[in-house]
Amino acid sequence: MVELEAIRQVTVMGLVVIGCFFLTVGTIGLLRLPNVYNRMHATSKPTTLGTVTIFLAGFVQFGPGGAGLTSLVGIVFLFLTVPTGAHMIARAAQKTGVPFLGSVTWPTEKSDTDEES
Amino acid sequence: MVEQLTAMVINGALVLVAGLCLLCGYRVIRGPTVPDRVVGLDTIATNVIAIAMLFALKTDRGLFVTVSIVLAIIGFLSTVTVAKYVTEGDIMTRRG
Repeated sequence: MVELEAIRQVTVMGLVVIGCFFLTVGTIGLLRLPNVYNRMHATSKPTTLGTVTIFLAGFVQFGPGGAGLTSLVGIVFLFLTVPTGAHMIARAAQKTGVPFLGSVTWPTEKSDTDEES
Repeated sequence: MVEQLTAMVINGALVLVAGLCLLCGYRVIRGPTVPDRVVGLDTIATNVIAIAMLFALKTDRGLFVTVSIVLAIIGFLSTVTVAKYVTEGDIMTRRG
């Protein structure tokens, strides 16, 4: 039983370290990348992954009932809401006229020109 | 031994994520456009969710898991609201 407790603690420790790594990567991307869209790409994916890994550490810590189940619900909720929010900010940025980098175009514009040609 | 090491790692993670929130505040203050600031605030919200979860791990209380989920809901609602406000100039739009 002591070994099982030690294995659980080590698993929680590893998941917390991995989550902190992904959160750090997301914040560095937010600070260093040149454009709103690139920053959004950097923040929405690694930051979500880091938070989900810390939620998994909570599931390992609290077990399959009660608070652990709430952690799994939180994982599902984050995977549903964060891409939706990032998509809405991207659409708002494109409608307010934030320019793209280089030869990047909005996907609907390209499909419109394809239909016309 | 292992418990002490785990407590130390969780304390270090709390300090690290709090520092990451400060670094995101740089982008919120200096962001050239409004969507930059919204993205920075969204990242701060996600980091605060991680802080609540780490605090639940530190104090071994399941109550703070619920706190982190409520924070996730508030962050998502604020992001969607600001995106709609920036796009349409109004939050509750009346059609027709």
